[in-house]
Amino acid sequence: MSQITDAPRRSSLQGATLPKWTPWAIAAGSVALGLGISAAAGLDSKIQWGLMAAVFFVIASYGVAARVEGPRQAKDRVATSLVWVAFLLAVVPLVSLIWVTVKRGVKVLDGYFLTHSMGLITDTEPGGGIYHAILGTLEQVAIATVISVPIGVLTAIYLVEYGRGRLAKAVTFFVDVMTGIPSIVAGLFVLSFWIIILDMGYSGFAGSMALTILMLPVIVRSTEEMLKLVPNELREASLALGVPKWRTIMKVVLPTSIGGITTGVMLAIARITGETAPVLLLVWGSSFINTNPFEDPQASLPMYIYLQYANSGGSGAAYDRAWAAALTLIAFVMILNLAARGIARWKAPKTGR
Amino acid sequence: MAKRIDISGLNAYYGSFRAIEDISMAIEPRSVTAFIGPSGCGKSTFLRTLNRMHEVTPGGRVEGKVMLDDENLYGAGIDPVSVRREVGMVFQRPNPFPTMSVYDNVAAGLRLNGNYKKSELSDIVEKSLKGANLWNEVKDRLNKPGSGLSGGQQQRLCIARAIAVEPKVLLMDEPCSALDPISTLAIEDLIGELKERFTIVIVTHNMQQAARVSDRTAFFNLSAVGQPGKLIEIDDTERIFSNPSVQATEDYISGRFG
Repeated sequence: MSQITDAPRRSSLQGATLPKWTPWAIAAGSVALGLGISAAAGLDSKIQWGLMAAVFFVIASYGVAARVEGPRQAKDRVATSLVWVAFLLAVVPLVSLIWVTVKRGVKVLDGYFLTHSMGLITDTEPGGGIYHAILGTLEQVAIATVISVPIGVLTAIYLVEYGRGRLAKAVTFFVDVMTGIPSIVAGLFVLSFWIIILDMGYSGFAGSMALTILMLPVIVRSTEEMLKLVPNELREASLALGVPKWRTIMKVVLPTSIGGITTGVMLAIARITGETAPVLLLVWGSSFINTNPFEDPQASLPMYIYLQYANSGGSGAAYDRAWAAALTLIAFVMILNLAARGIARWKAPKTGR
Repeated sequence: MAKRIDISGLNAYYGSFRAIEDISMAIEPRSVTAFIGPSGCGKSTFLRTLNRMHEVTPGGRVEGKVMLDDENLYGAGIDPVSVRREVGMVFQRPNPFPTMSVYDNVAAGLRLNGNYKKSELSDIVEKSLKGANLWNEVKDRLNKPGSGLSGGQQQRLCIARAIAVEPKVLLMDEPCSALDPISTLAIEDLIGELKERFTIVIVTHNMQQAARVSDRTAFFNLSAVGQPGKLIEIDDTERIFSNPSVQATEDYISGRFG
């Protein structure tokens, strides 16, 4: 049994393993094969060779691993390669979208563009800017946020801390229903109520109300989830000190979850910033600077993009402006997201080790 | 300062389920009373009825009388918030507030209740931390987060937080079950000191601990799973551990049981 051999013997725990660079080599090979086949067959679509390469990659991973490492490792490698393929399929459109927007957007995006309105420049002429649209977007989103954050956070506090029985269930149900409201329906609701029945004019505020309807359920949901994450032990610790429930919520529950709540609010803001339909119906659009959101039509970035595209009559200048405005909008949303992450990290409960 | 607790005919429910049945006992001031018994026999539930924390659980409901000196905690018009200021509690798992520093954690009870003088606050914090035998370990890191301390330190921080509001009674729900033997010893020593000032009630699964720290011991049991827990007997700790009057107690203590 106990033989002493000179040659290094494999232990029973050791199996044949492929070198670390194998997946990269298989990927390179699959891409080359995909390119080769599409060149030979005269296919000019990038999607076709990409998909072929993905299929080859998964099959080759399995084949190579099954030969060298055995069936269990082969299955593992197939799962891993499927995850990678799915990841790439998800990332490709995203990167391509940002790439195209940046490429086309930077053409007219400069200081002048950001600080001037369209004024009397017609949609087919070059020149003009998006200052009025940025202003409109900021004001409408700010008003919507100011209205919906208190209502949303308080609703979530009710649902998590106080809500029992039918009323809470009804509120949860309607919040869920509200999440599914298409933005155009929110716009039509405010249009029929505020502008047609109450006979108020088009204004940034009318748009803000529709945006509030869209923002509210997102804030309620995200805040609810964050409040649920606060351990019950903290609430009990505070109550056991003789702190009333409302002060427990204000001083213990909310500070513990404020980072997550802020992130949720920021994401909700990012979501409504890009809304076009309600703004189109209620704010009406304007090419002049209107600093008063409560009176007269305003502009907004998503609507500006749409109008530049729709009214351009194929003019290159209008298309350039639309792309530049789109780039501004994406940058704005991205900055909001980064700010949200920063706040979440800054406010997260510290371990202090 | 310490107050006496008299419980008579106490039943506690979770929804329609009766968790403890008809408990009557007296808890002496300036003493340590230990509750022992198998899991699920209602020790913790009973403990939580003593500062009206039981009703915080959804569906929680209590019938009976708990007299704190001469006031019935479940009497009409009694504010549970005021009750909890008189009867403090330390939980099984250390639960310092994660957003607060060591100092703020100890000051939390006073600050959140809003009834304190600013000039006294740092004195009270120091006194409470010293009372919890934690002062020497944290005096240089009062402004560091409380959650950065070790488990045993966190539990003593929670005790400091509980005694900072000067309760009359201190309830402890298995305060050492998440701690190592050395931290446990520190807390047991602390309990011995605290009983000079407070009435202490401690739930424990560790019978040696009950024998070491308590003056009186109450044994709880349940006849079957799904049945309410009952008080089997309460007596001086020495008697419970040497010569209990009920056979079930002896079986449980000597390990001949469940």
